[in-house]
Amino acid sequence: MTSQDNMSEEHLPEAAHGHGGGPVVSKDGYFADPGLPPHEHRRTDIDEKAARRAERQVATWFLLSMLATVGFIASYVIFKPGPTHHVYIWPVGDVSPLNFALGVTLGISLFAIGAGAVHWARTLMSDEEHIAERHPIESTPEVREQVFADFRQGAKESGFGRRKLIRNTMIGAMAMVPLSAVVLFRDLGPLPEKKLDTTGWKAGMLLKNMNTGEPIKASDVEVGSLTFAMPQDLSEDDEDFQVRIAKDALMLVRLQPGDIKDKNSAAWGYEGVLAFSKICTHVGCPISLYEQQTHHVLCPCHQSTFDLSDGARVIFGPAGHPLPQLQIGVDATGNLEALNGFTVPVGPGFWERSE
Amino acid sequence: MKKLSARRRHPLAALVVLIFALAVTGGLWAALAPTSSASADASQSLQVEEGKRLFQVGCASCHGLNGEGTNLGPSLVGVGSAAVDFQVGTGRMPAQQPGAQVPSKKVIYSQAQIDQMAAFVATLGAGPVIPTQDQYSGGNVAAGGELFRTNCAQCHNFAGAGGALSEGKYAPSLAGVSAKHIYEAMLTGPQNMPSFPNSTMPEQQKKDIIAYVQHATNSDANPSYGGMTLGAIGPVSEGLFGWIFALGALIGTAIWIAARTPKAKKS
Repeated sequence: MTSQDNMSEEHLPEAAHGHGGGPVVSKDGYFADPGLPPHEHRRTDIDEKAARRAERQVATWFLLSMLATVGFIASYVIFKPGPTHHVYIWPVGDVSPLNFALGVTLGISLFAIGAGAVHWARTLMSDEEHIAERHPIESTPEVREQVFADFRQGAKESGFGRRKLIRNTMIGAMAMVPLSAVVLFRDLGPLPEKKLDTTGWKAGMLLKNMNTGEPIKASDVEVGSLTFAMPQDLSEDDEDFQVRIAKDALMLVRLQPGDIKDKNSAAWGYEGVLAFSKICTHVGCPISLYEQQTHHVLCPCHQSTFDLSDGARVIFGPAGHPLPQLQIGVDATGNLEALNGFTVPVGPGFWERSE
Repeated sequence: MKKLSARRRHPLAALVVLIFALAVTGGLWAALAPTSSASADASQSLQVEEGKRLFQVGCASCHGLNGEGTNLGPSLVGVGSAAVDFQVGTGRMPAQQPGAQVPSKKVIYSQAQIDQMAAFVATLGAGPVIPTQDQYSGGNVAAGGELFRTNCAQCHNFAGAGGALSEGKYAPSLAGVSAKHIYEAMLTGPQNMPSFPNSTMPEQQKKDIIAYVQHATNSDANPSYGGMTLGAIGPVSEGLFGWIFALGALIGTAIWIAARTPKAKKS
C-alpha cells in the first residue's frame, strides 16, 4: 500500500456507530437480532482525492479497452494471413502474427471493460447496506375480496354462464385456431418415413473402393487388411453424398475362415471377406479403429468395442447392438457385390427401431 | 583425499559409488564392445547366409530357428522382407518384453544387417518386398490428405499424432517416421495395424499419403498457425489446459479481487 494508507485522521469515521449497539442477550433469554455490523466507509467515500483517483483509474481501463479495439482493427488491416507469415513468440511457439494480434487485442479490450467495471463498482458505486423486509406474497384480504367480487360481476354481466351457445362456440373457435399452425408445420418438410430403417444397399449392388472408386475383387482383399467401400451408384461428387455415406459406409475386412467364430457371420461373407457397417450403433460415430490381430473394432467416441470375428458382437462399451453385417458374394467377374440390403437398421437405435 | 574419506559414511555415498561404477562399466563396454560390420555388396546367398546367422542369434528364441514361430512370437513365413525392414529398422524388433504392443525404440542393427535378415526371412515364403526410393517419394500432399482422413486418421489422428486403442494398444505418432517405413507399415500391417495392400490402395495413393504425413508432421514445413498444439490430440489436452490454466486464472483473479478491501479501516 502506498500513500492511500497515510490518510489524515479527521477523514476517518468514528468507530462502531449505527446498528448493532444493542444487548447481546435479550430479556427472555434468546439471542437478540444483532442487526448489521456498523457500516465502514471506503477511502473513496470520505476522501475526495481518493475518489477522483479511482475515477481516473476506471477511465484508464475503459480508455485501454478503446485503444485495444483500435489495435484490433489495425492488426486486421496490417497483418496478412497465409502460410508464409508466422513468427516465433515465446512460449506459444510459431504462430500467425494475425491470429496472435487479434487474440491479444480483443482479449485486452474485453478484459479492460470488465476490470474497469469491477473497479468502479468496488470504489465508487454506493456500498451502503440495505435491509429489505420479507413480506407475505398473497394480497390483503380486502384486495382479494374485491377481485373475486369484480370477477363474479363480470361473469354475470357477460351472460357467460347463461348463454351456453356463445360459450361453447367460443371455446370451439379458440380450440381450432392452432390447427392452422399444425397444417403449416406439417408441410415444412417430409416425414422421416422408413429412412432410418433402410440404406442405399440393394441386392446385386457392387462394392466400390473408396480409395480408387473401382469395384473390389474378392482376391484384392488380403487377410489382415482394411478397406472402405460404398455403393456402386454413389459418387463423392453427388449432391447427397454426405447424406448417403452417413448410412452406407462399409468396412471390409478379411479374416482366416477358421478364425470366424460366428457361423452365420461367416456365411454372410465370402471366403472370409466380411462387410460391416462403419457406423457405430451407439450414437453413430464412424468407427474403423480396427485391430487386425484381435479383430476388434474400437469406437473413438465412447470406446464401444466390437468383435468382428464374432458377428461384430459388442464386447465393451455402451453400444446396444452389434454392427450390422452386409451379406456379400461375388459376381461373374469376381467383384464383390451385395446379396441383400442391410436387414437391420444401421447406426444408433431409435424409438421405432423394428428389431 | 581426506575430505573425500571423511564423507564416506554420508547417506548418499553408496549412491554416488554405484553411479560411478555403472558409468565406468558402461563406458568400457561402449569403448571395447566388438562392432560388427558386414560388407553391403555381399552376394545374395552370402547375404541370406549371414542373415540366417543373425536371425538365429537375435530372433530365433521367439520366432523359432527357421522362423516357424513359437508361442512367444508369430511365424515369419510369408511376412516378406518389408516387414523385417520395418520391425527391425524402427527398433520394434527385437522386442524387449511381451505386452500389449511392442514399442519403437533404439535401432540396434545396422541397415546392412537388417537387409541380411530381411533377405533370409524373404526366403521363408513370398511376401511384401522392401520398397525402392521411387516407390515412396513424389506424392501429392492434397490428395494424400483426403486419403489419410479416409484410411488412417481414425487411429493415427488427423494430425498424425497417434491415439489410444483398446487394452493398452495404441496407434503411434507418425512424426519423424521415414517414408520407407510408412510405406512398409501400410503394406505389411505391423502388429495390430491392418494392412493396405496395393490391390486396394494403389502405390500412387501410398506416395500421396506419405507426402501428406511428412508435410503435416513437419513443423518447419507446416507450422501451427494457432500456436501451441498441445500435442494435437484434441479435446483432452485442450480441455485440461482450459480447466487448469484458464479457470485457474479466473479463480485466482476472483480471490485477488475479494482479498483486497477498499475499506478505509485501519488495522
